[in-house]
Formats: sequence, C-alpha cells, structure tokens
Amino acid sequence: MQNGASDVLNLFRQGDEAAFEALFRQHQSAVYGWILRIVRNPATTEDLTIETFWRIHRAHARFEPSRGFEGWARCIATRAAFDWLRAQRTESEVSAELCSEPAATAKADAAVSAEIRLKTAQAFGHLPPKLRIAATLAVIEELPQKEVAAALGISVAAVKLRIFRALRLLRKDLEQQGIMP
Amino acid sequence: MNEQDRDRMKKLLQQALPPVEGDAGPERDLWPGMLRRMDAEKAAMPLTGWACFNGAWFDVALLAGVVGLVAIFPAAVPVLLYYL
Repeated sequence: MQNGASDVLNLFRQGDEAAFEALFRQHQSAVYGWILRIVRNPATTEDLTIETFWRIHRAHARFEPSRGFEGWARCIATRAAFDWLRAQRTESEVSAELCSEPAATAKADAAVSAEIRLKTAQAFGHLPPKLRIAATLAVIEELPQKEVAAALGISVAAVKLRIFRALRLLRKDLEQQGIMP
Repeated sequence: MNEQDRDRMKKLLQQALPPVEGDAGPERDLWPGMLRRMDAEKAAMPLTGWACFNGAWFDVALLAGVVGLVAIFPAAVPVLLYYL
C-alpha cells in the first residue's frame, strides 16, 4: 500500500495525468476544507480548490515525494487563498459571509448582539490578509500554531506575532467604533 | 494585550465567525471543473516548436509564399508594405 502511494507520488512528479487525477480525488476534500476555513465561502472555496490543484499540476516537477503531498498542497492552498483575500478586501463581502452562515446566529452567545458580531466580522475583514489568515487558523479554528506555521511557510514565532498584531488591530478598530471587547 | 484580553477577543471572534465544522468537503466532485480548467489553460498556452505548425499550416504556407515572392521580386516590398 505504502509502495503504491509512493509510486503515485513519483508518477505525479514525472507529469503523469492519471497520478494527478488520483491525487486530486484523494486530497480534494482536505484541500477544500482547509481553504473553506480561510475564506469561509463554499462557492469561492470550490474555485480556489481548483486553482490550488492547477498550481499543483503546474509545479509537479518541483514536488519532492519524500516530503509528502498533503503539506505541500496545504501550502499552495494557503497561498491561493491569500491571493484571493488580497484581491477581495471589501466590506460588503464580509457582510455577505455572515448572512450566508445561518449557523453563526444559532451558535452565538445571546449576550453578544448581532450588531457587534457583524462589526467584529467586518473589522476582521479589514485586517491585512496575512494577519487574517494566521488569526483565522490559529484563533478561530484553534489549529496548532505549528501546523499554521508550516502552511504559511513561516516560523511559529512569526505566527504568534501575526496573531498578536491581528488581535491588537482588531481591538483598536472595534474601540474606534465604540465597542469595548 | 494580556491573556484575558486575548481570550475575550478570541471568544468574540468565534461568535462573529464560528469555526468550520468537522470534515467539510465539497458538495460535488470537482474533477470535471479541474479538467475544464486544464483544457482552458492548455488552449491559452502559446504554441512552441513543431506544435505551432500543426494547427497553422495555412499561415506557414502563406508566409513562405510571401518570403518567396520577396526573394524573387524585391521590388514588391514597397507594395507589400503599402498593403500591410
């Protein structure tokens, strides 16, 4: 079984289309789930999953089978999501995200009003994408910082710094709007 | 920002943007979309080497004809330039 997986990775590296399809089918859910955590929009996530695999397909010759496919794919997916976030920093989009997430209202603490949640989400959407991704994955999704660092291609210390800066900027923004977190 | 502030911000953030649940996967198979993307990108790629002659033989023949005409009748160059 291990040999079979290794063969697929080696064939993919050589540009074999069937191996690429096998890897796509095996990892599409994981890549989709990872991107969804960052962009929080199913339709965009589908597009970005395809974009990620297109980048993977183009970069097949640079793939090192010994380092594993999942981590490599996750790095590329994070980069694709980052590029998208950088291009889409509008307030209306953040509002739409919240509206399209009915679970948000159901799960929310009754003490925190819908208005505060909306303003928080909007303020979070105004953060620079690199801070936003680190905070989303490590603070909202509570993923291990080591995992976040690997996906972003930075050190754990840099992840901590980005989270600190993200939360500080967010608090400042909310305070300017009269919300004291 | 102390630990308490950080926890408060985290709670507020998680209420505003709840974590994605469990194993979120696509609702449909994305492979057909991937194939369309690959086909579109391949079609948009510039042709190189002999590949450019496969679909454009007429252009190549026309170019060869023009080059031949210019070689035989150099005086035709100004006329060609006029019509270009």
